[in-house]
Amino acid sequence: MSGTFVGMPAFPEAAREAVDNPILRGNLRHATHTIRAKRAVAVSELDDWAALREAGKQIKDHTLRHLDHYLVRLEESVTAAGGVVHWAVDADEANRIVVELVRATGESEVVKVKSMATQEIGLNEALEAAGVHAYETDLAELIVQLGKDRPSHILVPAIHRNRGEIRDIFAREMGEWGRPAPEGLTDTPAELAEAARLHLREKFLRAKVGVSGANFMVAETGTLMVVESEGNGRMCLTLPETLISVVGIEKIVPTWRDLEVFLQTLPRSSTAERMNPYTSMWTGTTDEDGPRTFHLVLIDNGRTDTLADEVGRQALRCIRCSACLNVCPVYERAGGHAYGSVYPGPIGAILSPQLRGTAGAVDASLPYASSLCGACYEVCPVAIDIPEVLVHLRERVVEGGPTTREGNRVVLKPAKGHAAERAAMRAARWVFSRPGALGAGQRLASRTRRFHPRSMPGPGRAWSASRDLPRLPAEPFRDWWRRTDGGKETEAK
Amino acid sequence: MSSRDVILGRVRRAIADVPRDDTPYEQAVERNYLLEHGTRDVAGTVDLLAENLADYRAIVHRTDDEELPHLIMRLLAGRGTRYVLVPPGLPPEWMSAADPTRVHDRAVSTPHELDRVESVVTGCALAIAETGTLVLDGSPDQGRRRITLIPDHHICVVRVPDQVVSSVPQALERLDPRRPLTWISGPSATSDIELDRVEGVHGPRTLEVVLVSGA
Repeated sequence: MSGTFVGMPAFPEAAREAVDNPILRGNLRHATHTIRAKRAVAVSELDDWAALREAGKQIKDHTLRHLDHYLVRLEESVTAAGGVVHWAVDADEANRIVVELVRATGESEVVKVKSMATQEIGLNEALEAAGVHAYETDLAELIVQLGKDRPSHILVPAIHRNRGEIRDIFAREMGEWGRPAPEGLTDTPAELAEAARLHLREKFLRAKVGVSGANFMVAETGTLMVVESEGNGRMCLTLPETLISVVGIEKIVPTWRDLEVFLQTLPRSSTAERMNPYTSMWTGTTDEDGPRTFHLVLIDNGRTDTLADEVGRQALRCIRCSACLNVCPVYERAGGHAYGSVYPGPIGAILSPQLRGTAGAVDASLPYASSLCGACYEVCPVAIDIPEVLVHLRERVVEGGPTTREGNRVVLKPAKGHAAERAAMRAARWVFSRPGALGAGQRLASRTRRFHPRSMPGPGRAWSASRDLPRLPAEPFRDWWRRTDGGKETEAK
Repeated sequence: MSSRDVILGRVRRAIADVPRDDTPYEQAVERNYLLEHGTRDVAGTVDLLAENLADYRAIVHRTDDEELPHLIMRLLAGRGTRYVLVPPGLPPEWMSAADPTRVHDRAVSTPHELDRVESVVTGCALAIAETGTLVLDGSPDQGRRRITLIPDHHICVVRVPDQVVSSVPQALERLDPRRPLTWISGPSATSDIELDRVEGVHGPRTLEVVLVSGA
């Protein structure tokens, strides 16, 4: 992934700052609880939800098991329909391809429909460096871009901003990028949306190059699909002369019919609607309707490494609905920025360390950014067992072991920061296998309990910084049991 | 080695642990889900479409073939429309009573020209009752994708019951993936500001759906 988040502190530090921000917590709580309740209603309308979820899982698993076959098939279909397919091993290569394609058009502006893949590779920054302005056109992405901010949610990237903050950003920044915000702009959502409409319309109507991602690609037909609500997607996909779509290789489904599953589960899981307002599907180019040139850039960028992991590969089933974020107690309090990646929340905690490797401090901390409560697995419309992958990745961080990086098998060393944890586990193994030592230790601990500190000293501090140390009982359980015969004797001391 | 070969090579190595499985795709996935939800008669399906369209804040009208031109006239007059876009294959009788100047979308029309038009009238490929969705496939009575996008007011005529299906699976079966498809469920909307729903950001802010039955 890109260096967008270089210098990010690891999750525990970032989260501590976020938890201390009452406005952020208020914005997040309101948003996640609203959407969570709505989603439950939308899902309950379909009494075959479990069957749809299972079918979605099986379709994606089948595709991943035969990914080489379906990638080749997709390339054939897109090419036959008039598109041009490019392959990018990593973010740099993908950015280079897109920059060259834009340069070839002679344009210095592109309009973008929100895309996780282009955020992941840092495309906007790469285009900017090449002298091309990329305009984000999704309202929330516009708020993030104008506010020189980072997205914090997959579906509603500006979820951390309230209306007052958004008004201030629009009033201050719009004039720098094009049409300024109207005089006397208030903070009502309708007025803010109107300001965005006017600001972006001049860009849509003159745009010659559009950049998009895709929610799904159909191998059988070469069809790409984008779901959205505002119409900015339709603008970017149909008005420009050149369309460049940057899509992860895992976004394939084998057949046209497969869309019937995801068009039912994605909107309901994501925006909690029966159907999102607009869905666009295009197959290559069509005479006189939409772009005359269509490029598809297929990106790997860590996906094949993820695919090589037998437990972790299920993360590639993800359809980016964001349901797992909205139910996660950790996300609700820490917010999206703490995850240090464009993929926040539970799915981010398993996707980022797999796409980027667990070498960095942020990525090594992400598998711990969870209480393992399992709510994310329950809501996932493709049944990704996120807790299972989290535990698997924790083991990799602590124990090291074989993994795949850039296509090569490598053996990871145990992560540095976990020496204390490993030492503690070794000590525990020794104590638990010696009942005498255990009993003596427990007795000693009980008798000295008045002197116990609230947090642990030395390397243990990292552990107790985010946890309360348990208060010890006055008497070890096993002593109590022996003394009272399991409570049959009197309790009197 | 090209990046294509690198990626395909990595994929093959990554899935080398997976046992070979030659089950044809049709049998590889269990499709135990329903092909439609609930049981309704034809009239019930049309009612459900109307209900779900309205729930997503589209304005729904019902009429018959004979009354259709007058209804379209009234809807355009009600908006004060002066210019109305019409796709090349729209049945001419639909517009026979309408006063506004008709604008035809031509290859050379720029988006800026289309931006001066207030309303657009189209047919559709089909409509999905369970989700309240209209699907446009670029047929001559619907025109290019951009004409239903730029004007602020879209009147879409649905022939009932012929063009109405119950569910998403039934819709996909009837659609041709080679055509550019636009699925529309209610007017343009955003919930990006504190999850308050606001109609109309970039697409038409008013969507009127006319369910027309044969006289």
